[in-house]
Amino acid sequence: MTARRAAPEPVEVTRQRRDQALATLVAGVPYITFLGVRFERRGDELTAIMPYASSLIGNPAPAALHGGATAAFLEMTAIISLGWAMLWPRIEGGGQAPGAAPALPKTIDFTIDYLRAGLPRDAYARARVTRVGRRYASVQSEAWQDNRDRPIAQAAGHFLMPPGDG
Amino acid sequence: MADDTDTRADGATAKDFFGTVPHATALGLTFGTIEGGTAVMSMPWAERLVGDPATGVVHGGAVSALMDTCCGAAVMSHPQMGGPTATLGLRIDYMRPATPGQTIRAEATCHHVTRTVAFVRAVAMDDDSARPVATATGTFTVSAA
Repeated sequence: MTARRAAPEPVEVTRQRRDQALATLVAGVPYITFLGVRFERRGDELTAIMPYASSLIGNPAPAALHGGATAAFLEMTAIISLGWAMLWPRIEGGGQAPGAAPALPKTIDFTIDYLRAGLPRDAYARARVTRVGRRYASVQSEAWQDNRDRPIAQAAGHFLMPPGDG
Repeated sequence: MADDTDTRADGATAKDFFGTVPHATALGLTFGTIEGGTAVMSMPWAERLVGDPATGVVHGGAVSALMDTCCGAAVMSHPQMGGPTATLGLRIDYMRPATPGQTIRAEATCHHVTRTVAFVRAVAMDDDSARPVATATGTFTVSAA
């Protein structure tokens, strides 16, 4: 008798583990809640969503999103995406999702280009981790609203990796 | 960023304007002197601004929002500015975490204005003003006369 290969993991188990890990990463951060930002996941790809709220307005007439809210949105998208990229191999390598929120990278510098006025409606963002080293990481992020090809802002930053997590 | 036709070089009016900005109110910003191309404003520590619940340190994004507002105010108050302005670019360097519980105070100076671009630098401090929490440099649009 030869040993049979283990059956593939049921998709519900996979999905639950990944969603749980993402929720643990995001849930601990009050400022993410304050801005109303949430993260959607497809496989390992994250999209951040900042639903429109009147408290995000920086210019009353004509109404426009506050540049600081856009900056913060891009920065949290970069940090969470980087934290998620660190977490992914741990949860998919047969390990368990960590029970407590893992330490997040710290921003060293962050540069924002404002491309268009943010309109009073939902905004979306994605980040691309372009380099992860033992100590430093580089991340780009981009935010858009109605039209994916017309970003409202783009950003690039350097981040300090949490110790002992490389 | 905002129509400032009647706020130019007028600290009281600039303060009135920023007092009506919903996101500035949501962040809990308080406004000091805003005149002659310089602006001072503060962001008291609050639980909702925290980025790291383990330490209570304010999220970098909240510091960015403070810096953006302060830089914009400095630009608007510059004597050479006549029309509305918007942020073109903003770079923030984070030197150290702000001490939890302490107010973060930002000071911005609009140090140069051309026909098309206004240049600003800013510094953010907590109670230990000798060691800045963050610095920023920004560029803002100047509307055509």
